[in-house]
Amino acid sequence: MKNRLIWPLVALAALLLLNLVVTPSFFALRIQDGALYGGLVDVLKNGAPTLLIALGMTLVIATRGIDLSVGAVAAIAGAVSCVHIGTSDSAGTAFAGMAMALLLCALLGLWNGFLVAGMGIQPIIATLVLMTAGRGIAMLVTEGQIVTVNNSAYKQVGAGFVVLPVAILISLLVLGLVAFVTRRTALGMLIESVGVNPEASRLAGVRSGTIIWTVYVFAAVCAGIAGLMISSNVSAADANNAGLWIEMDAILAVVIGGTSLAGGRYSLTGTLLGALIIQTLTTTVYTIGVAPEVTLVFKAIVVIAVCLVQAPKARAALSFRKVAVPS
Amino acid sequence: MTALAQRVPSRFLPVLATVVLFVLAFGVGSARYDGFASGQVVANLFIDNAFLIVLAAGMTFVILSGGIDLSVGSVVALSTMVTASGLQAGWPVPLVIVAVLLIGSTLGLLMGLVIHKFDIQPFIVTLAGMFLARGLCFLISVESVSIKDKTFRAVATAAIELPGGVTITYNVVIALLVVAAAMYVLHRTRFGRTVYAVGGNESSALLMGLPTTRVKVGVYVISGLCSSLAGLLFSLYMLSGYGLHAVGMELDAIAAVVIGGTLLAGGVGYVLGGLAGVLVLGTIQTLISFQGTLSSWWTKIVIGVLLLVFIAVQRTMVRR
Repeated sequence: MKNRLIWPLVALAALLLLNLVVTPSFFALRIQDGALYGGLVDVLKNGAPTLLIALGMTLVIATRGIDLSVGAVAAIAGAVSCVHIGTSDSAGTAFAGMAMALLLCALLGLWNGFLVAGMGIQPIIATLVLMTAGRGIAMLVTEGQIVTVNNSAYKQVGAGFVVLPVAILISLLVLGLVAFVTRRTALGMLIESVGVNPEASRLAGVRSGTIIWTVYVFAAVCAGIAGLMISSNVSAADANNAGLWIEMDAILAVVIGGTSLAGGRYSLTGTLLGALIIQTLTTTVYTIGVAPEVTLVFKAIVVIAVCLVQAPKARAALSFRKVAVPS
Repeated sequence: MTALAQRVPSRFLPVLATVVLFVLAFGVGSARYDGFASGQVVANLFIDNAFLIVLAAGMTFVILSGGIDLSVGSVVALSTMVTASGLQAGWPVPLVIVAVLLIGSTLGLLMGLVIHKFDIQPFIVTLAGMFLARGLCFLISVESVSIKDKTFRAVATAAIELPGGVTITYNVVIALLVVAAAMYVLHRTRFGRTVYAVGGNESSALLMGLPTTRVKVGVYVISGLCSSLAGLLFSLYMLSGYGLHAVGMELDAIAAVVIGGTLLAGGVGYVLGGLAGVLVLGTIQTLISFQGTLSSWWTKIVIGVLLLVFIAVQRTMVRR
């Protein structure tokens, strides 16, 4: 398990090193008004939503599922809370709005779980339904407008600082909770067993259905919190563009972290590394002065490289060659 | 209805259901809005969705083999970009067309090889392909490049008169030719039958001695080729190349194929189903634009609901 994390670590280290070479000040940290600033902090802050969504995605993928709807769910969360907050500046309204948004996200997660576990639809397709319709729902909530808010309590979620950015603290807290709940109780093993064989797990007395519902609800709530971060960071809800393609980034983070899309085995540390790699990559492209749109090319290269390195067949081919060379 | 169901083989039912849905949706439109039930509205369905028809045909091959191709939208964008910047640089039109088709099928070939040789999920490989193709667009140019070539513009604006005063563009003719070719390959050749066999059960197909490698890589080449051809049609339609063209079009293509009754698990479905699916999506869009008071985002919600209904119907059919 440990050595599976070596390649993601190497990739992350290489990216950070590249940054150090290009901009020597990248690692510099400074404290201003009790908050840390610097290149690394930026990576953490901007990577927080992806990390959070990737955490939910990790558990979903561990059950041999996939959730394509997280980006749309994030957009809905931002839309609901911003519309509820409106012009108000009270912390109470902000919390009520966020609570409403997260409750709705949990319901959307239940819906995904119902389609996958209740109706037995393939996860890609089941969540594709909400991915397509979700943005429409978000547009419906915001009536097609970009809703801007001016609420200091709400702004804290995505743009606030308690030494470190609040967003990354939330993400790390969730990471800690998930790690504790799944690794210190039997839940993690049950999730993995459902991923290996749902039917056999059910026959062995594992409530496969309940576990599948749970992971989809968890993924949707994570997506909801991430959506709150995204919309809070810019104090606006953009139904069209908030969380656009974040599901792809999250899936990439999970895969780069060594979790197999075939289900049954997952690594939360790997997901953390994966999310950091993706965010560092994006930041690196910005700092070395390439057009930001070209990030996609680098992402593609990293994905293929990491997947190839982890693919058993590619490894076999490599080691076969080593054996074949007479010494 | 039961008598009809008995006469039609059950494997045709999903496609038939889509066609019935299309007729129903069109009937509703004709009953509610003046001028809806005209030949030109039908022709416009084809004109506005020619590229999607081509994409759906390619996607049908991939999905039938049990795979999925997320890169098609990006390959469309890349093709428009190559077309526009190639023409801007003064390349002759035939050279541009050959280059675009070569790029598309090469990308497909590469993805297919990675998927097959290294046993990595199609989802991830084509996701990487999606990022790569879109990134390449922006490497060529971040701005939108308009197409000013005279030949190209002439082809794009040329109208073919059909009896009854209905006009269509060359795009429609090309799209229908692609559908016909896809039907021939899928239903009348050895390759096509192997696609179904691989989608049904890959191990069995392999044990039967079928050339599974050729088919598994081949479907991605076909999809890449169709995507780049769709890209050419899209550049004719938009008369520009832009890295943000066709964002999310892969989902439309997948939705059309699924609504057309093709099983995502592979092995079951028809090219005509994809065409019917595209027509249903197009009719919904037309209905919403005729209504006028409904905003465009309703399209997304309706497509989502339709997807759901069709998947639910498929589930019950498979269970039986």
